[in-house]
Order: sequence, then structure tokens, then C-alpha cells
Amino acid sequence: MAEHTAHHTEGHEHHVVPIRVYTWTLIGLLILLIVTVAAGFIPMPVWLGTVVALAIAAFKTSLVMAFFMHVKFSGKLVWLFAAAGFFWLVIMIIFAYADYITRPWEPVPGF
Amino acid sequence: MATQTIAHGEQQRVNYLNWKTTVASWLFTYDHKRIGILYLVSITIFFLLGGIAAALIRMELATPKGDLLTSDVYNKMFTIHGVLMIFFFLVPSIPAVFGNFVLPMMIGARDVAFPRLNLLSWYFFMVGALLATIALVKGGIDTGWTFYTPYSSSFAKGEVSLAIVGVFLAGFSSIFTGINFLVTIHKMRAPGMTWFRLPLFVWAMYATSLIQVLGTPVVAITLLLVAVERSLRIGIFDPNLGGDPILYQHLFWFYSHPAVYIMILPGMGVISEVISAFSKKRVFGYHFVAFASLAIAIIGFLVWGHHMFSTGQSIYASILFSFLTFLVAIPSAIKTFNWMATIWKGRVHWEAPMIYALGFMGLFVIGGLTGLYLAAMATNVHLTDTYFIVAHFHYVMVGGAIMAYLAALHFWWPKMTGRMYPQSWAKLSALLVFVGFNLTFFPQFILGYMGMPRRYHSYPEEWAALNLLSSAGASVLGIGYLLPAIYLVWSLKYGRVVTERNPWGARGLEWELVDTPPDPHNFERTPIVTRPAYDYGHPEEPTGIIPKPRPVVVGGKDG
Repeated sequence: MAEHTAHHTEGHEHHVVPIRVYTWTLIGLLILLIVTVAAGFIPMPVWLGTVVALAIAAFKTSLVMAFFMHVKFSGKLVWLFAAAGFFWLVIMIIFAYADYITRPWEPVPGF
Repeated sequence: MATQTIAHGEQQRVNYLNWKTTVASWLFTYDHKRIGILYLVSITIFFLLGGIAAALIRMELATPKGDLLTSDVYNKMFTIHGVLMIFFFLVPSIPAVFGNFVLPMMIGARDVAFPRLNLLSWYFFMVGALLATIALVKGGIDTGWTFYTPYSSSFAKGEVSLAIVGVFLAGFSSIFTGINFLVTIHKMRAPGMTWFRLPLFVWAMYATSLIQVLGTPVVAITLLLVAVERSLRIGIFDPNLGGDPILYQHLFWFYSHPAVYIMILPGMGVISEVISAFSKKRVFGYHFVAFASLAIAIIGFLVWGHHMFSTGQSIYASILFSFLTFLVAIPSAIKTFNWMATIWKGRVHWEAPMIYALGFMGLFVIGGLTGLYLAAMATNVHLTDTYFIVAHFHYVMVGGAIMAYLAALHFWWPKMTGRMYPQSWAKLSALLVFVGFNLTFFPQFILGYMGMPRRYHSYPEEWAALNLLSSAGASVLGIGYLLPAIYLVWSLKYGRVVTERNPWGARGLEWELVDTPPDPHNFERTPIVTRPAYDYGHPEEPTGIIPKPRPVVVGGKDG
């Protein structure tokens, strides 16, 4: 972004993000909030509803991380840690789902 | 080094303890060393309170009948004991006290990356502790430290929500510390301090910080959800409201199993330092020990389901969690074998920190190996919620983590205070802790195997002898813990004054280049690291040097 001012001091970069970037991020988040509520009124299978809700939530989180938390303007190391946060969340969800999905499976009938 | 004139006219070097002495200078300090001391004093108080609750529990269990405490009070006692010991002692113990005190010095930094955040973390901790203590005093709570739903969210009486907010705040204190250390280790290492020159305590703290940052938010939000369900009756975990109680256990243990590694990994880091310093040898297999810390941190996140084998979790998920749990034994064993190989053919000095470190190894091995019984699904079903579990996790978290904490306290005490404690008393205390601990908790393995369930205040007559032995052992253990409190405080006034930088003859920047007690800014100038960690083979070569000051150019173009 050309309008970002960057001060370089001993390897640190301090970006001054224009206020309209924050404003558009906020508007985007509010629109996604409306989408979340609207999606709740659309009839769809439970699993699809979960996927849609999680997808919207992930998108909202990405906006917050990228702009409000300045990850977009940060170095690779910060990107790596941010990605690790997401990855750990995925671990938590997949392993917990491993329980929920396989709970009805019976090793032998009547288990 | 600067000096100042004190009351009697004698010259005394300025250090972090005497450069400002007002209460405000402590409460608003940004100095990582002072914040470490603030944590030391605070967590000692909570250790004492948690210890009193433990003493009451063991007094009750000395006889089969529930004659000292009612079952209700007993439930509150083990909850107080668990909440205080875990959230307000063990989790912050080594990271917040010794991580704060020595980590910046070890890497050649003059402070942590975010000193204000560091102080804020202590305030979060104290406010959290205050709220939890109010909840525990104001009638107490009886949920156990695990706050299992739906009991905690729908049925338990008492100030559960207040305690949860307290733990929530303490959790954020822990996250702040973790973030601070991660950034400090990445960004503030002195020139020449490469990743593989880092002391292993720093590697362990790095791994611990990863867990703190990645895991703690989950438990903080989960506990908040319990409070939300409790106050607003929104169905999350209570089946009556459409929730799922096992979801709570997934979310809770996603953090709380790795939290065990928050408690033990820093301890392992301490043991690497102490074993090396008192064997006068480089830690055997340095790279393996370093990566074992990371491996424990990462694999530790994949094993939480072993807490849920008997709570309705799918058998297939249990198989997966069981297999992954066995994997954690590998990096833990790597560390233990490498410590033993470090001692092998070393010049072993039997000072108090070393005795504590050896005690750690003995107790941690028993704690770790009995974990394998619990990783196996079949034996787990037999042993779950029995005293076998109680014994196992106390061997890891008390036998392991607190032994390491005491090793650290005795190791860095002269550096922190400029005073030496009496060695003979310290060795006696280490011995008492080791013997008392085994007397207390080994019988509990047998009791658990025999089927004695945890969390009951009375039990059948046939378990009386082993329980009495356990309670007697707890008395010995209590004396073992009280002794250091007495002689360490005594040493502050009467202990031998330590003026030399390196009383143990150890390697490392904090010993070789930092005064005792340290200067407020640790180093006169940022050091340059020239040697790897634990370079005992080259005693004539210092680990690092303080560069000479740049000559002041007078009359230059800016002059």
C-alpha cells in the first residue's frame, strides 16, 4: 500500500495504517455479521450450517488479524506464528471431531 | 560499575535490589528481575495456602472415617488445593519467577522485549488470584480444579463464576509471559548467541511459551463459556439446555494436558542447567535435549483425549489418543537418558541444587512411567479416578516440577540475593522432600490399584494402613518444604555474603558476566557471545565478553 508510511529503525517497521482501512475492515465485519445471522435463517442441513458458520467466522478472524492486528504488514515470523494459531485451532477441531464422528461406530454390534 | 554511598558511609555497588527501595519502586517496576521477585513472593503465599488445604486433606484421610471434615468441606478443600496449586503456583512457578529473572541474562539481553506487558502480567495474576481467593473464602467451591460440566455450570453452589474469572485473568497473565519470552528469545539475543548456543533452559522456556500462547486462550474462553452458561443459561455444555458436557472436557483438556508440560518443561530446563553445572560437563546430546523440548510441547497438544477414555469418548478417538500419548514418552526419555549421560564421568559436586535435581530425576521417572499405565486404554479404565491417578500426577507435578523449582531456587538464590544459604540444611531438606514425597505418594499407587477412588473423605478399613503411611509421609514432606522457607529467609540477613559473580563455577552469561546481585541493567553493555553453552571443556575461555566502550570522538562533524 503506497500510502503506508514506514519508519525503519534498527530493523523494526512501524506502519501507519490510514483510518479508512480500519473503517472498511469494520464495515466488512458488520456485513459478515449480517451474513452470519441471515445464514441462520436459510434452511440447510446441520453439517452445512456448521461449515458455513465456521467459514464466515474464519473470514472475520482473518480480517481482524490482517488489519486490526497488523499481521498483513508484519514480517514472515509474525505470519508463521499467526498461521500456527490457526493450525492449532484446526488440530483442536479435527481431533475433537474424530470423537464426535466415530462415536456411533460400534466395534461389535451392541457395543 | 556505579557505586553509591549508603547510611554507614561505606561504598556499595548499585544493584537491582538497592538502587531504589521504595514500595512504589517495586510495584511499578519494569525490571524483569524485580518482577521475578514479585512473582516469587506471591506464589509462595499461594503455595502455603494450597499446602494448608493439602494438610487438612491428609489429616482427614489419616483415619477411615470422615471425622474431621464433612464431605462438603472436604470437597471444597481439594478444590482449593487444586485451584491454588495449579493456576496460582505451578503454572507461573518456574516461568514467571526464574524465566523472568534469568532468561534475559542468559541470552545477553538487558530486559525482556515488553517490560510493561511483563508488569501487567503480574497485575493480572494478582487480580485473578484475589478473585479466586475471594471465591474460595466466600463459602468456597466444590467443583474440583477441573470445573467439570454440567455440575459446575448448572448445579454447583458457591462463587464458581468468580473463581472462573480469577482463573481467566491468571490465564491471560500466563499468555502475556509467553508472548514476552517468545519475542525476547527471537529478537533480543546478544550478538553471537545463535539458537544452538542457547542454554537449554531457554529452549525449554521457548517450548513452554508456545504452549502458553497457543493453549491458554482455549481454556480461558472455555471457562468463560461455563460462566456464561451458568449465569445466562445458554446451552453449551449442559445436556438439559442442548449442550454437550464432553465438549467441555475436549476444550478443557486441550489446554490442561499441555498445561502439565507448562509445569514440567521449565523444570526440565532447570535440570539441564543444574546437572551440567554440578557435573562440570556439557549436557550430553545438547541438540536432542533442545528438540525434545519442542517435541514434548507439540506432541503434548495431541494427547488430551487420554483424560476421557471412560467418559463417553469414542473408542476410535481413544485409540488415536492412546497411541499419541505413548509417543510423549520418547522425548521425555531422551532428556532423562541424556541427563544421566551428562553425569556419567562428570566431576560431580554434591551441592544442594544437585541433590534436588537428582531427586527430580528419580521422581519424574516414576511419574512418567506410571503415565504409560494410564496411556493404555485397558489399564486406564481400571485406574481412572482412583488414587493411582492422584499419585501419578503428583509424581510429575510435585515430584517433578516442585523439585525442579526448588533446585532452581537453590541454584540461582545467591545470584538473586547476594547471600548463600547453609548447605547442610539445604541438603537435609532435599532429602526430606524426597523421602517424604515417596512416603506420601507411593502408597497411593497401591491404593489406587486396589480401587480406592479419589475425592472421598472416608474409605473402608482395609485401606487404613496405607493411608496412614501417606499422611505420615505428608508430614515429613511438609517439614521438607518448611525448612527452605526458614533457612532462605534466614540467609537474607545472616547468610554468607556472596560477592563473586560465579559461586558455583558454572558456565553461562548470567554467571560469568553479571554481578551478584545483578546490576539493574544486567550488563554494562550488550555482551558478545563467543562460546557455546556449557563449554566446561575450555574453562579459560569465557562464554561471552563485554565489548569495550566506543571511544568518544570530540570535535567531529557532529561535535
